[in-house]
Amino acid sequence: MTKITSDTVKHMATLAKIPVTKDEEESLAKGFTETLEVVDKLFKIDVKGVKPTHQVTGLENILREDKINEKKTLSQDEALSNTKNKHNGYFVVDQILAED
Amino acid sequence: MNKYKVIVGMEVHVELKTLSKMFCGCRNDPFHAEKPNIHTCPVCLGLPGALPVANKSAIEWTIKLGLALGCKINRLSKFDRKHYFYPDLPKGYQISQYDLPFCYEGKVETTAGPVGITRVHLEEDTGKLIHSTVNGKNISMIDFNRSSVPLVEIVTEPEIFSSAQAKEYAKKLRQIVRYLDISDCDMEKGGMRLEANISLQKEGDTTLPNYKVELKNINSFRFLEKGIEYEIVRQKEILEKGKTPIQETRGYNAEKNITYSQRTKEDAADYRYFPDPDLPPINISDAWFSEIKKSNPESLDDLFLTWQKKYKVSRNLTELLFETSQEGQWLDNLFEKTEAQKLLVDKLVNQLVNKKLKVNLFNDEADKVVAEYKKTTTVDEVSDEELIPYIEKVLKSNNNAVSDYQAGKTQVMNFLVGMVMREVKKKIEFARLQALITKKISTK
Amino acid sequence: MKTNELTLKKSIELLDKKEISIEDIYKDTWQVYEEKNKELNIFLTKDKDALIKAKNQSDKPLKGLPIAVKDNFLTVGLPTTASSKVLDGFMPPYESTVTKRVKEAGGVAIGKTNMDAWAHGSSTETSDYGPTKNPRNPKFLPGGSSGGSAAAVAADMCIAALGSETAGSIRQPAAWCGTVGLKPTYGRTSRYGVVAMGSSLDSPGPLTKTVEDSAMLLNIIAGHDDNDGTTSQIETIDYEKNLKNGVKGMKIGICYVDHPNIKGTVTEKSVIDAGHIFEKLGAQVDQIKISEELEKGKILTHEHAIGVYTVVQRGEVSSNLSRYDGIRYGHDRSHFGHEAKNRIMLGTFTLSKGYADKYYNLAQKIRGLYIENFKELFSKYDLLISSPSPTMALPLGSLGNDPMFGELQDMLVEPSSLVGICGISVPSYHDGKTNLYLGLNIMGDYFQEEKILKAAWAYEQATSFNPWIKK
Repeated sequence: MTKITSDTVKHMATLAKIPVTKDEEESLAKGFTETLEVVDKLFKIDVKGVKPTHQVTGLENILREDKINEKKTLSQDEALSNTKNKHNGYFVVDQILAED
Repeated sequence: MNKYKVIVGMEVHVELKTLSKMFCGCRNDPFHAEKPNIHTCPVCLGLPGALPVANKSAIEWTIKLGLALGCKINRLSKFDRKHYFYPDLPKGYQISQYDLPFCYEGKVETTAGPVGITRVHLEEDTGKLIHSTVNGKNISMIDFNRSSVPLVEIVTEPEIFSSAQAKEYAKKLRQIVRYLDISDCDMEKGGMRLEANISLQKEGDTTLPNYKVELKNINSFRFLEKGIEYEIVRQKEILEKGKTPIQETRGYNAEKNITYSQRTKEDAADYRYFPDPDLPPINISDAWFSEIKKSNPESLDDLFLTWQKKYKVSRNLTELLFETSQEGQWLDNLFEKTEAQKLLVDKLVNQLVNKKLKVNLFNDEADKVVAEYKKTTTVDEVSDEELIPYIEKVLKSNNNAVSDYQAGKTQVMNFLVGMVMREVKKKIEFARLQALITKKISTK
Repeated sequence: MKTNELTLKKSIELLDKKEISIEDIYKDTWQVYEEKNKELNIFLTKDKDALIKAKNQSDKPLKGLPIAVKDNFLTVGLPTTASSKVLDGFMPPYESTVTKRVKEAGGVAIGKTNMDAWAHGSSTETSDYGPTKNPRNPKFLPGGSSGGSAAAVAADMCIAALGSETAGSIRQPAAWCGTVGLKPTYGRTSRYGVVAMGSSLDSPGPLTKTVEDSAMLLNIIAGHDDNDGTTSQIETIDYEKNLKNGVKGMKIGICYVDHPNIKGTVTEKSVIDAGHIFEKLGAQVDQIKISEELEKGKILTHEHAIGVYTVVQRGEVSSNLSRYDGIRYGHDRSHFGHEAKNRIMLGTFTLSKGYADKYYNLAQKIRGLYIENFKELFSKYDLLISSPSPTMALPLGSLGNDPMFGELQDMLVEPSSLVGICGISVPSYHDGKTNLYLGLNIMGDYFQEEKILKAAWAYEQATSFNPWIKK
């Protein structure tokens, strides 16, 4: 049984970029634990030699020809239409420091 | 002082020049777009509900590159989601490849030995961040024209052991990519990005060092070389003190010729890779694989070898003349035609490299080029008797040169031959003039 | 009868005969909206220009009729929030394929219906805009996550509705609200333009008053879409054509009724009764006992399905919600509600380094075993029947603090949803005292929508649980 502590929750919150308060950390840890108890039933099943199923469709090779689709392209206005943080056609965020 | 061997592994990203983006039909043209955010759609902008569909050409070109690098091909492959947060990554994950890259286990030959290619995989590029200050506030501006452009990543084994070899590898890789014409490799614009993982191994150690420093965002071969050299010195200093260099990402500052710390590289970020459920897997059938193989040109190395054997032309010179395989084919045709006319191909190459011929390479008809070349090799019809007075004139007015020659400075002959040719105002075979002049001066 | 209480088929018929006008329908529909929407909280937004749009659609199959659309379908001109504050005010610059097809067929989206935020739930209580109340009995929940759409149909606030199902989100609210709800095979309808929840599970589908209506709407929305690489290349058929051909000769299997939560309840009885009805209609009906299946080593149990579903779904959820960073649209991640945070973090955990193999990959392997399981079942049976939900609608406030409320409610549909097969829920019981309903979940193999519709229609006609079919 995997032990879920506030630290686990804190780490997940960082990975998932979800702000959580100290109180939330505890309630979430509790919820996690309860959920994992249900999930842990899976460990009893024999899956030797079984490959994971990531696609139930059985589809393969669904590809696009290398063509430009003007119809789907948004105008600059449309692209920026849902944010107030824009400038000269760019999206804007507070400056990111010295990254790639 | 201990002796150290530098161990370098390289990661190179190349933007493919497909017409459309990797997972959507937006125009793939981030470098020439007149405005930001004009080549976007719900998919590459990461809007709710948007879904990716993979670009067939991008996949084929990746496999072609893998084949040209001697790689094995994973006939069953897939795309995986690589999760991290950054403003230029609209979905909060990059669609990439994790454990089943299209190509793996290849190699590139360099003069210092073969460099193993661990893998070649396909992914999508991010948007571009531009830092600025507007109304006194420091901001970063994001342009998604580049978002989801197809990006090929080529990773080497840590089998590069000098800065020079790194440069050679990078140049050769670029040459191969250009030969296939799948990318313009414009390094300044970021069409080809170099990264080097650098560590030092103490002489005598057989295990790989327990750290590596990542040098990122290098956009020139020269900077690559200098950056590695700087790192060698910097890391040596630290190791000599008995410490281990911090595992981190560093950038290269060309002005100061130093590397500087950008961020600490954790052992490996937790990208939470899993197969992208929106993209059914790829299964390269035998028929499809044959098609791709057939469409690949003859290997560049083989082409140069053929030319060397047939025409005695050196690789160093001929590779200066062309980039793409189409251009290579054009030259091959030119060389054939040149030889058919019993003219020397290696001299032709010389002329072309030094831009001595008034021709438009690859655009003019090959026959025209041969004709132009022929002109320069054509020797004018002048008899020996007609030449004698010119020779005598030159020898008379260049007594010092003559004395020098007789004293043993035989290289003066070049000067004398040249002077005669100037007087005659016609093209005369060097060997012929040399013979006539020698006869004259030696008897004196 | 008010014209808004007509079925899709009947309203088309009467419009054709010019016995009613499209204006009549909108008048009556808006009237019930004015009367009840505030209390029931069904629609989050409405299109005040819907009638104007409807007026010149008389030559199209859907004749301008009002369709309610779950708020996770992107609709140009109408805000799309997925009932989350993160997307408050979001105006999509593009249209989902499914709503596009409905519009091209002459349907008009009169408004966006409430749902569990991000489709995370089975009650509509996790909506950031308040829960929806069950029109059959406002003290009770409508189910979820397509609770608003099911309620819109039940309240006759539309002629038909669109919803989506990941595991139960169409069939369960349809059952709780006493309507018909069809979950097509995964890949039968396009997910393009639907806010993604579980990418390998989500299936957009119709919620309607009758089975006939469902077949008609499926005809309009089903089919391959170039924009969605997981849609099937298998041709669609005319789902109305053989609708009334009956179930004679079909082999039907009853499942999940010996589950401890169901045994001895009115839910069990409704399914057993349905079995008898199908027998009378000429089908051969068997009961598949879970314990027997377990003995044979087959996994038909839901205890395992809940685990598999929770891990796979939450993993995909955590990934799909990564794009909401407030930069290009919407608001920052602090605006996620409690349930969303819960699911995102658990999903992140099961995909994280050191745990991905233990949880996510294991779950996907077991998923494969379920597929084998169902393959075998469908080699023996044409259809499987059960209940989409263990109970009738639960009272308001049932969500409480249960971190797995949604998945527990959906346990009876999770096995089939993981596998991606199709299913339809039709009213199968009505409680005169509470006015609440039960539904019958009729499941078919991949792309057997025609078969499940046939059986659903036959059952509907042979019983009198459907409130719109007066006998």
